[in-house]
Amino acid sequence: MTPSDRDATGLLTRPDDFVQLVTPTGERHANAEFDPWIADIDLGALGRLYRDMAIVRRIDSEATALQRQGELGLWPPLAGQEAAQIGAGRALRDDDFIFSSYREHALAWVRGVEPAELLSVWRGTAASGWNPFEHGMAVPQIIIGAQALHATGYAMGAAWEGSDAAAISFFGDGATSEGDVNEALVFAASFDAPVVFFCQNNQWAISEPVGLQSKQHLARRADGFGMPGVRVDGNDVLAVLAATRIALDRARRGEGPTFIEAVTYRMGPHTTADDPKRYRTDDELAEWRERDPLARVLALLEASGVDVVGLERDVATDADRAAAELRAAITTIADPEALTVFDHVYAEPNSHLERQREHYTRYLAMFEDASTEHSTDAAASETAEGGAR
Amino acid sequence: MTTLTLAKALNAGLRRALADDDKVVLMGEDIGTLGGVFRVTDGLKAEFGAKRVVDTPLSEAGIVGTAVGLAYRGFRPVIEIQFDGFIYPGFDQIVAQVAKLHYRSRGNVRMPITIRVPFGGGIGAAEHHSESPEAYFAHTAGLRVVACSNPADAYMMVRQAIASDDPVLFFEPKRRYHVKGEVDETASLADARPMGVATTVTAGTDVTLVTYGALVQTARDVATAAAEDGVSVEVIDLRSIAPVDYATIEASVRRTGRLVITHEAGQQGGVGAELAASITERCFEFLEAAPVRVTGHDIPYPPAKLERHHLPDLDRILDGVDRVMGRPNSLSGVEA
Repeated sequence: MTPSDRDATGLLTRPDDFVQLVTPTGERHANAEFDPWIADIDLGALGRLYRDMAIVRRIDSEATALQRQGELGLWPPLAGQEAAQIGAGRALRDDDFIFSSYREHALAWVRGVEPAELLSVWRGTAASGWNPFEHGMAVPQIIIGAQALHATGYAMGAAWEGSDAAAISFFGDGATSEGDVNEALVFAASFDAPVVFFCQNNQWAISEPVGLQSKQHLARRADGFGMPGVRVDGNDVLAVLAATRIALDRARRGEGPTFIEAVTYRMGPHTTADDPKRYRTDDELAEWRERDPLARVLALLEASGVDVVGLERDVATDADRAAAELRAAITTIADPEALTVFDHVYAEPNSHLERQREHYTRYLAMFEDASTEHSTDAAASETAEGGAR
Repeated sequence: MTTLTLAKALNAGLRRALADDDKVVLMGEDIGTLGGVFRVTDGLKAEFGAKRVVDTPLSEAGIVGTAVGLAYRGFRPVIEIQFDGFIYPGFDQIVAQVAKLHYRSRGNVRMPITIRVPFGGGIGAAEHHSESPEAYFAHTAGLRVVACSNPADAYMMVRQAIASDDPVLFFEPKRRYHVKGEVDETASLADARPMGVATTVTAGTDVTLVTYGALVQTARDVATAAAEDGVSVEVIDLRSIAPVDYATIEASVRRTGRLVITHEAGQQGGVGAELAASITERCFEFLEAAPVRVTGHDIPYPPAKLERHHLPDLDRILDGVDRVMGRPNSLSGVEA
């Protein structure tokens, strides 16, 4: 028995399989440890989890379409990972803080991020679309795994303040190879930080399979850091919800961090700039399509006597509305003014940057003075000279 | 006024900051129980407790990255990088996270993190213990970079760095840790000379000599020696490397017409290159000679027995002064 096997919460590590509460065909598996943590999820609540997943799937496909139409510069699709993100997101309390990577659009949905806020980064009008403190969700990270340390530091601070809020960090399987994630695990364990490390093992880091990152299940790494590691079916929203609740509860009780490996699959490309056909097979894709996170919830609901046709219809209406709002948001995102490029580099005045701003202002003014035609008159030359000084 | 060493002055400044604001936390390797390898944080853990003065695992990325999270939570972390050459494992968190988060969040997230770095050579240390990495950080938008040179500045500038809402790379001249000076511990932040303003430490009329950190003391010795030789050298302690207080340097160069810059770091792409270019752009017509840089060589920091050949010293800087004065010097007759 290793320490994580005997964890006080009963959160057992299963290195050779994963916790699954709902099978791909919608059968409900009883689990004595996990079931109490989702006892409140009745058919209505399960329907709402389905609704969340269906809406974010629709938002995701709409954003992908917007990229193909040239409205977005780039989009990293989340398709396939709806259960992992919604299950974790719906486990959180409002005062828990999310430190995510770039694919966690479903977490942004859970946190009420507006469509224009969500899209502005990918349209290229802002480095981040929302105020982290309004949504309890940090600026998403592109640097792989950097946010694991930020979540750990935030959690340490929350604990020092006597709060029982927790931090959660989302990262992928590739990030587990980065130093930052490993250093975060060291810090979190050493300081009993109330943080949850949520690894979405979606099998691929762009073109590199998870086997290139690890020779064993990622959840087993937790043991070496002295924290529980749990491996769940990341396409099973109930299993993810339960595992995240258990980990958060452990954090709130001051027992420290937990590592969750949610085994899932990125159905689409890494980003819209990627061609996954170069590195993975149709058979693999078909195999994972059988494990769809939405289909199994519908199957379970249907087996429980719910009118799933009606539910699907209602949810599709909501999803279409969300997609329409997303598309409409594009028209509300204005290109930023040129001189805003200098804004917010520093919190305090910086003489060097102010000089550069002033010089560039003068440079831009030359074009205003020249108005619509290429002018070589004296006034324009004077401005040019002034701008060069 | 109290007479303190530079290290003790830093200690006093940190104590004051910890006492004034309970959101200030110190983090680093060996800074708690041991009091830091240079004893700069001596006694602070005993006074403020293990949640204010935190001994961390040996992980520079970990120290910087968790400081980012603490800043998100509203803390003002003051982190110690044990030696200059150890900062590189934390480099990504500093330049990609600490420096950029205010910009990336459009001003919503502040990173009031102070990163203390004992820097420079001259103490006969082992590899990776004598480096001058300031140019990497001066090149990074979003960071402020400062270096103290005396106990009074050390005491006030460390408090100013901690009070700043911007992240500050705070370079401490480790070979001057034991230099003593007068410190006014009753001085208030509001009345202090702004951290970004340079100081003219020796007035002169023939040559402007700009430096920072450990070489400020050497530069003063240069001014004394040059005066005996009939050359009046004005010494400017830059204090802030980013942004640079060009107004002070420019005013000086307009009077002297000559500029020498000296630093321990290598020459290529260094702070001296930036100063020489900027001053040339700003007051070319006032210069009697091309600016001269007296710097470390563009080599990895050499073994201790060779470091005196790497570090600018009194004679090498005097030679630089001779160059801008058009007096006989080591490069006389050599074509540029």
